[in-house]
Amino acid sequence: MTKQSDTEITAEQLREHVATLLAEHDPARTDRLDFLRARFDAGLAWVHFPVGLGGLDAPRALQSVVDSELARAGAPDNQPRKIGIGLGMAAPTILAFGTEEHKARFLRPLWTGEEVWCQLFSEPGAGSDLASLATRAVRDGSDWIVNGQKVWTSSAHTASWAIIVLRTDPDVPKHEGMSYFVLDMTAPGVEVRPLRQITGEAEFNEVFLTDVRIPDSQRLGEIGQGWQVARTTLMNERVAIGGGALPREGGMIGRLAEQWRNNPELRAPDLHDRLMRLWVSAEATRLVGERLRQQLAAGVPGPEGSGAKLAFATLNQAISGLEVELMGEQGLHYSDWTMRRPETVDFFGKDAGYRYLRAKGNSIEGGTSEVLRNVIAERVLGLPSEPRVDKDIPWKDLPR
Amino acid sequence: MTSANLLYTDVEDDLRASVRDLLSTHCDPTDVLATRESGQPYFLELWRKLAVELGVAGLHVPERQGGQGGTLRETAVIAEELGRSVAPVPFLGSTVLCTSALLGVPGSAAATLLERLAAGTATGALVAPLTSGPAGEFPTAIRVSADGGLHGTVSSVVDAAVADTLIVPALGAAGPELYAVPASAATITPSTALDLTRGIAEIALSGASGEQLATGAAAAEALNTALRTGAAILASEQLGIAQWCLDETVRYVSQRHQFGRPIGSFQALKHRLADLWLEIISARAVARYAADRIGADAEDASIAVATAQSYCAEVAVHAAEECIQLHGGIGMTWEHPAHLFLKRAKSDQLALGRPGEHRRTLSELVDLPTC
Ligand SMILES: Cc1cc2nc3c(=O)[nH]c(=O)nc-3n(C[C@H](O)[C@H](O)[C@H](O)COP(=O)(O)OP(=O)(O)OC[C@H]3O[C@@H](n4cnc5c(N)ncnc54)[C@H](O)[C@@H]3O)c2cc1C
Repeated sequence: MTKQSDTEITAEQLREHVATLLAEHDPARTDRLDFLRARFDAGLAWVHFPVGLGGLDAPRALQSVVDSELARAGAPDNQPRKIGIGLGMAAPTILAFGTEEHKARFLRPLWTGEEVWCQLFSEPGAGSDLASLATRAVRDGSDWIVNGQKVWTSSAHTASWAIIVLRTDPDVPKHEGMSYFVLDMTAPGVEVRPLRQITGEAEFNEVFLTDVRIPDSQRLGEIGQGWQVARTTLMNERVAIGGGALPREGGMIGRLAEQWRNNPELRAPDLHDRLMRLWVSAEATRLVGERLRQQLAAGVPGPEGSGAKLAFATLNQAISGLEVELMGEQGLHYSDWTMRRPETVDFFGKDAGYRYLRAKGNSIEGGTSEVLRNVIAERVLGLPSEPRVDKDIPWKDLPR
Repeated sequence: MTSANLLYTDVEDDLRASVRDLLSTHCDPTDVLATRESGQPYFLELWRKLAVELGVAGLHVPERQGGQGGTLRETAVIAEELGRSVAPVPFLGSTVLCTSALLGVPGSAAATLLERLAAGTATGALVAPLTSGPAGEFPTAIRVSADGGLHGTVSSVVDAAVADTLIVPALGAAGPELYAVPASAATITPSTALDLTRGIAEIALSGASGEQLATGAAAAEALNTALRTGAAILASEQLGIAQWCLDETVRYVSQRHQFGRPIGSFQALKHRLADLWLEIISARAVARYAADRIGADAEDASIAVATAQSYCAEVAVHAAEECIQLHGGIGMTWEHPAHLFLKRAKSDQLALGRPGEHRRTLSELVDLPTC
């Protein structure tokens, strides 16, 4: 079904590329980073990217061919869970809006994981209404001087680079006065403080920016075009959070099913009915995701994408809630409240209580479920928008 | 990994277009509404066009057995379209249940009947209550007497009023048997149904003789295949019902003004419709999967069918209920077609196994047993 032009690479050719890479860089005897760099240079990092930037201009659907061949050969991966923001958000934005220098400088270490990225978008006063953000960038020669505060920044404590949206013109309506940059997290004036979450851990942080200098050469897109660039990032974020091919019972439902199978003494009729409803919903959501991938592969992306993340959040919360109840007395316990600053989000290595608490963030991070419903209603169903009071007012005059 | 194609193929899209074309000329919901109390509830001329001219009646029957050699995926697309216009035609009773019952039955009696059903020259009804699900025991309501006559009464038989041939599961001395009986040999009494667009009837047999089609395990298997296939295809009908309800409601709330703005601009309604949309795209994915798997006789076909029925039955009811509510007073009137969809959706929820029954089946199939 995949529509292939004559010039496009085939799965067979990709396998040959993989074989060559493996022959020249035996994973068993090659340093991990050297192998990853060689894989990038061979165009086998993300095959749908351009030649020279880790890809081969191949159809995105063929990535799985490469990944499974390399996994079979025991090759190291780039630990995608540690660098999700770089892979899922920064990279597509740099590809779409970066200069040739940006692409050459950033994409390779981003993909190999040598440089971790974070996303400095949300602020204390600007969450769902991101376009109201207030962190200011004032032009000073060939630099911008930045002052303000970002918040809820996942991985800011491990990141060396950030994508950031800043207010460059307060005198125009909010959507028109922003610009988009990449920021060196080690620059003077960047201060990262952990923010502890309801799980006890601190995955995210607050980031204070005091007289931080960003060279204008680190701008992505035009001055004042920040909103359009940010929308590219956000669209990719929703795909990244909701996406990913799963086998049946992959994800949280698998954990719940396993508990049910292994612990007959915990079973009860009311829990069984809820379990089966959730099993069916999880299977439906899995198949929606599968259908979405098939649409993408056939070159006809469907609006299903906006639904996948909403479904995923609702489902994860219901499943993890049921799991706590199923555990009975053990559900009263929690492994450990110690404050930590983890490098990755690990849903499965911990107990049901952790999953229940962490899943609460699924309907907030990356666009709240309420905001996603607005998006579906207006962009997919074409329903009329709400009356807008803030559209044509200069940003500086908005009530806040 | 899922290998099923969950999209619509070009062939399926073309098929949909021609069926939709026919339905939009001959089966607008308002036409359906206008004829509900006419004493002629079925659109038999439309059915002839669909069954004979478009070949819908034998779509998934192999060519060598007199059909079109298509797949159940295609039959499922027809079901979506017929659901979308609550078409009063004997598609479920004859094309889905009867042909599926006969497809695997050996012998010339079954082959001849299948050929006629597939050509649209015969119309069948499967003599089991519409509530029968694939998980049930073989029915005992009809018994075979020593002289071979069939005796008993079965109620809620779908599409029986327009059938000329009855396929009758009956209990003989040695166990399950399957017969073909001319409709003229039975007493068929149409019931007043909740669903205004799909008839049910009571069938009484008092000594009628039929042609034996299968006995023993083959008879039980034929019935089970029919009910399982029916449950799979019904999921696509439910999808079509839900899609009409969503489309119609979105259209209405975009144009109806209250408080100086379209009611569709109120977030309370937007969010309900966004949730419904999400349910419907999920229903589409599971319904496609079920049609594909059962058509391919795949290992997990039963899981796919139980999942689809469990999910889609409730989505259709939810969509129809939202449709009525978001139309306000007009949604409560006889003159608006929304109630046709509500009545169909609610009846479909009971048809071919309730969602809860399918979940129980599923729990056994995927090893998540009850206490
Ligand atoms: C675990 C986690 C990780 C995160 N990581 C990052 C990160 O790495 N980088 C980053 O920039 N941000 C990150 N965020 C921030 C996240 O994007 C914001 O929290 C989110 O966009 C909501 O903004 P807010 O917190 O200001 O809530 P608000 O926008 O104030 O929302 C409060 C409530 O009001 C509702 N609401 C708001 N507007 C509307 C509306 N128009 N209609 C209906 N309801 C509305 C919301 O749905 C919510 O229920 C993270 C958040 C979490 C929880």
